[in-house]
Amino acid sequence: MTNFTINTKSVSFDGDENTPLLWVIRDALNMTGTKFGCGIGQCGACTVHIDGRARRSCITPVSTVDGQTITTIEGLAAPDGELHPVQQAWLEHDVPQCGYCQAGQIMATVDFLKRYPKPSDEDIDNNMTNICRCGTYVRIRKAIHRAAELNAPGEDS
Amino acid sequence: MSAVADKVGMTRRRFLIAGSGVAGSLVLGLPAFAGAPLDSDRLIGFFVQIETDGSVIIGSNQPEIGQGVRTALPMLVAEELDVDWSMVSVRQMPLGIVKTADGYDWKYGVQGVGGSTGLTENFDHMRQVGRTARGQLIKAAAKRLGVPEEQCSTRPGVVICSALGTEIPYGELVSEASRLPLPAESPALKSIDDYRIVGSRQKTIDARDIVTGKTRYGVDTVAAEMRYAVIARAPVLNATVRSFDDRDARKVAGVLDVFEIKGPELDAPYLILASGVAVVATSTWAAMQGRDALTIEWNESPNANDNSQAFWRENENALKEKGQVVLDDGDFDAAMESAEKVVVRQYRVPFVSHAPLEPQNCYAFVEEDRCHIIAPTQSPSGSSRSAAAVTGLPRENIRVDMTRVGGGFGRRLTTDYVAEAAMVSKHTGWPIKLQWSREDDVKNDFYRPGGLHEMHAGVNGNGEITAWAQRLASASKYYRRPDMPDENLFGAELYVDDFPRRIIDNVRMEYFHNTIGLPRGSWRAPAHTANAFVIQSFLDEVAYETGQDSLQLRLKLLGEDRELEYGGHGGETFNPGRLSRLLTFVAEQIGYGQKLQQGRGIGIATHCTFGGYAAHAMEVTVADGKLRIERIVAAIDCGLAVHPNAVEAQLQGGTIDGISTALGLEITVENGQVQQSNFHDYPLAKIAAIPALFESHILPYDDKPTGVGEMGIPSAAPALTNAIFAATGIRIRSLPIAEQLES
Repeated sequence: MTNFTINTKSVSFDGDENTPLLWVIRDALNMTGTKFGCGIGQCGACTVHIDGRARRSCITPVSTVDGQTITTIEGLAAPDGELHPVQQAWLEHDVPQCGYCQAGQIMATVDFLKRYPKPSDEDIDNNMTNICRCGTYVRIRKAIHRAAELNAPGEDS
Repeated sequence: MSAVADKVGMTRRRFLIAGSGVAGSLVLGLPAFAGAPLDSDRLIGFFVQIETDGSVIIGSNQPEIGQGVRTALPMLVAEELDVDWSMVSVRQMPLGIVKTADGYDWKYGVQGVGGSTGLTENFDHMRQVGRTARGQLIKAAAKRLGVPEEQCSTRPGVVICSALGTEIPYGELVSEASRLPLPAESPALKSIDDYRIVGSRQKTIDARDIVTGKTRYGVDTVAAEMRYAVIARAPVLNATVRSFDDRDARKVAGVLDVFEIKGPELDAPYLILASGVAVVATSTWAAMQGRDALTIEWNESPNANDNSQAFWRENENALKEKGQVVLDDGDFDAAMESAEKVVVRQYRVPFVSHAPLEPQNCYAFVEEDRCHIIAPTQSPSGSSRSAAAVTGLPRENIRVDMTRVGGGFGRRLTTDYVAEAAMVSKHTGWPIKLQWSREDDVKNDFYRPGGLHEMHAGVNGNGEITAWAQRLASASKYYRRPDMPDENLFGAELYVDDFPRRIIDNVRMEYFHNTIGLPRGSWRAPAHTANAFVIQSFLDEVAYETGQDSLQLRLKLLGEDRELEYGGHGGETFNPGRLSRLLTFVAEQIGYGQKLQQGRGIGIATHCTFGGYAAHAMEVTVADGKLRIERIVAAIDCGLAVHPNAVEAQLQGGTIDGISTALGLEITVENGQVQQSNFHDYPLAKIAAIPALFESHILPYDDKPTGVGEMGIPSAAPALTNAIFAATGIRIRSLPIAEQLES
């Protein structure tokens, strides 16, 4: 039995403890904002926060998050619905095309901006490794800079 | 990928012609036509719903794959309906299939996106839908007020009768309007000069749902009693199952059933791609674990010795012979004979995979008399056809819903995964969500065909190209098509009316069809990606070999505005002057011609893709074998930009797709097995590859929109490799670039 908190809700999972966190979130909890893209930690579509740090949930066995706090894209906005600055910046620059990778991109950016509150383009190049197959990178870059301007608080809401 | 219209259906054009006399009824979606009443008296036709508070819900009939149709098409409706865009929300429509006396018809128009036709094929239709609905609201108001229709007009969301000084909101009229007889013809459309919404920068209508994780893709389908399925597919192309041992698989907690899935007969038209063994479980992970625990013996495949190296050698050898001459304008041989200088080069374009980020998946529930499909698809009618073939059910009993699609790129014009899901559901009787892994997707794709191109140019004493040939050995995209004679296979790979036909007098094209077990299909801007790379690289080489400026050589050929006959998809004409304008523009923007330091270079390229025009200029540095793109200027001429925000996004995305593919992507085969499996060995570009200095420009042309989804790709790769040449003197003649600069 693995117990953890997800978007402020306490949950437990009693299936195979090697199950990747991704599939627990998607199939057991039916929270579908976190996406499956590669299954080997390459693309980042499955990025969630574990105790505040961006992690690739497709290669994270659920047993390793026992007692920890998970935030997914569904839990990023404030309880009153006010979007996180990174989400706001994504809307301002209208980043998504197909949109499939964007939850992961946003979760990765929130963590990145905690470490690099005013990032240079080089910081972005060196740290942002999520794949966007549609090629929204031009707007992702602008949105990251904009989110930094909006002064992302750097903590999960 | 021109023809997305269902074969048994009608093209959009015929659809409207068939409805002549009742066109207004048809464009709105006449209830009698569907054989059923509309769901609500708030609906005017199938597409337009107006609530009492004035909010408007517009139906979108096309699949959204990221190209923006779910915003662009409702923009057209809203423009003509005359409502505020802020009042609009969008409802995804299912496949509107209707049984007729002699086949099937499509109550929402032809549905399917490919060949950059999603907007253009619906441009008139959606405007007529909006305009006709507005006309009905005016009629309802005039009737209520007892005035002639001519005395009524509209402002956004309101019918106004200035004679009486009266205004009635649409929301109060819709119920009456929905009961009025429809006009025989759509009212006259708005003048383009009066557009408020179309042509203005609107944001993606679903963006908020996307950034909050609410949007449902195919992969997110959840239904009561739903089970999860995966399929173990043959590792060798076209291998079949000899036997399998599922004892360990069935021991995996959650695994419910294991059974064989039969693949197609060799070389027969396919329904699904590969033979395999299905595992059904209570979760995706359990099904995947069950699959890992299978032991499968495969029969020897006739493709067991297929090998990429052999394929490329065969192409080289083929080009030494004479091929099928598919175009022979003027007298090529004589022109070459009299040429002052002859340039001959070969270029290799690899097989590549679509790799949409959402792996293939499909929900299917097959019951005795009906079937429900929920799929991320570019082809809902193809999905319906696949499900019908598997289930034997009449197509009108198959409901096809389409989700937002996590990337298309042409992969989801093929509906093999829909057929697979239907097979698993039919076998088990359960509602099934079939999920492919990334490895399934990379190894079981309909790849963009690889080919070896040989280019010939004869140049006269004035530096003019007087003879031109393109000789291509490749495996045609027309893979296992029914009724496809060998002599037509070239048509998917060489577009004979492309540049430089009708510009250079003596032009020859030759095709050599080679075979390999790799399945082939439509990959975003299909053969344009290969041909633009080849032609735009070769022009650069001819300029260099004859001591001419690369831009000037191109501009002399492209010349001024004129309409040349163009018979292929994107015709009926091709205006090379539009390419001149774009090329001149991007060259000026990037500072083409300036003196650059060692290791720095600028490259340019331009191409017309399915009727839309684009050009690229790129500046790169190469130092110590490392390539860095410093700056990109991209420009598109899509006629009228209906949804400029999406046009810009597609230009950026297409450019990046072109760069990503040129930098590092190739699919290879050894011993009949695809060698790549996931993003570690099929490395899509990441943000670091794309410079912050990236300019996107839309150059307006006329009032006729072209598609935009594919136009941004083809000239990107040659602009990049031409820049590399300018920087280093190294000519990239084989894609991907990969490590070629390091040696």
